[in-house]
Amino acid sequence: MTGGIVIISMASMGGIGAILSLFLAYADKKLKVEEDPRIEALLNILPNTNCGGCGRAGCRVFAEALIQGTASIAGCVAGGQAVTDNIAEYLGVESQKASRIVAVVLCRGGNKEAVKNAVYKGERTCAAANLASGEKACIYSCIGYGDCVQVCKFDAMAMNDNGLPVVFHDICNGCGACARTCPRDIIEMHPLEHKIFNYCRNKDKGAVARKICKVSCIACGLCVKDCAVEGGIDMIDNLAVINYDKCPQDDQPTKRCPTACIIFGEEEKMTRETYYASLPKEAV
Amino acid sequence: MKLILIFISASLINNFVLTYFLGICPFLGVSNKTENALNMGLATTFVMTLTAAVTWPIYTYILVKFNVPFLEYVAFIIAIAALVQLVEMYIRKSSPAIYRAMGIYLPLITTNCAVLGLALFMVLRDYNYIESIFFGFGTGVGFTIAMLMMSGIREELEFADVPEVFQGVSITLIIAGMMALAFMGFAGLIR
Repeated sequence: MTGGIVIISMASMGGIGAILSLFLAYADKKLKVEEDPRIEALLNILPNTNCGGCGRAGCRVFAEALIQGTASIAGCVAGGQAVTDNIAEYLGVESQKASRIVAVVLCRGGNKEAVKNAVYKGERTCAAANLASGEKACIYSCIGYGDCVQVCKFDAMAMNDNGLPVVFHDICNGCGACARTCPRDIIEMHPLEHKIFNYCRNKDKGAVARKICKVSCIACGLCVKDCAVEGGIDMIDNLAVINYDKCPQDDQPTKRCPTACIIFGEEEKMTRETYYASLPKEAV
Repeated sequence: MKLILIFISASLINNFVLTYFLGICPFLGVSNKTENALNMGLATTFVMTLTAAVTWPIYTYILVKFNVPFLEYVAFIIAIAALVQLVEMYIRKSSPAIYRAMGIYLPLITTNCAVLGLALFMVLRDYNYIESIFFGFGTGVGFTIAMLMMSGIREELEFADVPEVFQGVSITLIIAGMMALAFMGFAGLIR
């Protein structure tokens, strides 16, 4: 008798399952979604890291936008020129020159240079530490817990032994994730043509800034005077702000900087290889 | 007359969401925009009506007839899952935007306790086929009404000055509680 029930159960459930699956199989054929095969092909070209550098929710959305023609074929910053060329070839349009953008960390006040006036023992993330304004006296400085390094999907950043993030100039593809993560906005995205930077975001008056960090911008104005073009560098909120449209990219304004916070051509020196070669042997 | 009573009872007086606490997950999850809430309500109504239409014959003509009513949960879940799959295919085909907006909550209709609850109540109350379909449809309409009311309130809430401690999930749950309180007013009108 038990055997009979087992067989009946199996048969009835099997029957219901079979009928429903037949029905679904039919519905699947009827309601099949025709996806544009070009989206798949474009996805194979794109890096598929979903870094968000193009300003869209992911590589798939960018691929859809490319097909609809609402995105620029040079929009994929992470892929660079090679991907742009491939997209152009696939879509049969003329390639554009992709401008390479890299992240620049605009703070050089590491553990050696910046004065600390607090001890922070909470969660070791910049986002959390920023709520308590961090350990350093300078409230514009890098907090130094490496949220930016964590968020980098391309291993293009590392925290150096001075507690500051470094960007590997050869690896960074400009997706901007680090700049969006940094709670103090000290990371900026710049095209390769920009070579001179003021590595300080401190808006305090010169005397205050000098006291809390050795490499702060003290708003002395020497770089403003030394810039070859009038208005190439402006002094805004006690900070030298470089006007990249006007200022010639040379080391002229940097020579007399008393705190050496405005530097020329420093970014391109830092590649992944030079960084790891500079580390002590046991740390590698 | 009985059919109308069943319909009104299922949709208002014994509203599944607000008096039985069934199907809370999409009620809270997809009710932030009226459009999404309406679509979710319609999809669930469709699934519920078809569930009633499909599970009643399965129960009566297969499970009872072959004397294996203990299989009702398994059989009902299979039928519901198949129907949800169908709805998902249809929505994906007809409107990718709605499909994306509903996200995970669409396949979650499969395990929406309101849908299974409907099938079980139907068996428990000995409804006949037509009554079952009305019951299923009424339940779906009730679900949609609850969703719409909730989403309407939540849209207004966007502009309201909610105290910081109440923001997010907590104010939503408080509102759900107040709505349940309001629906208590219907209690006992008809069974």
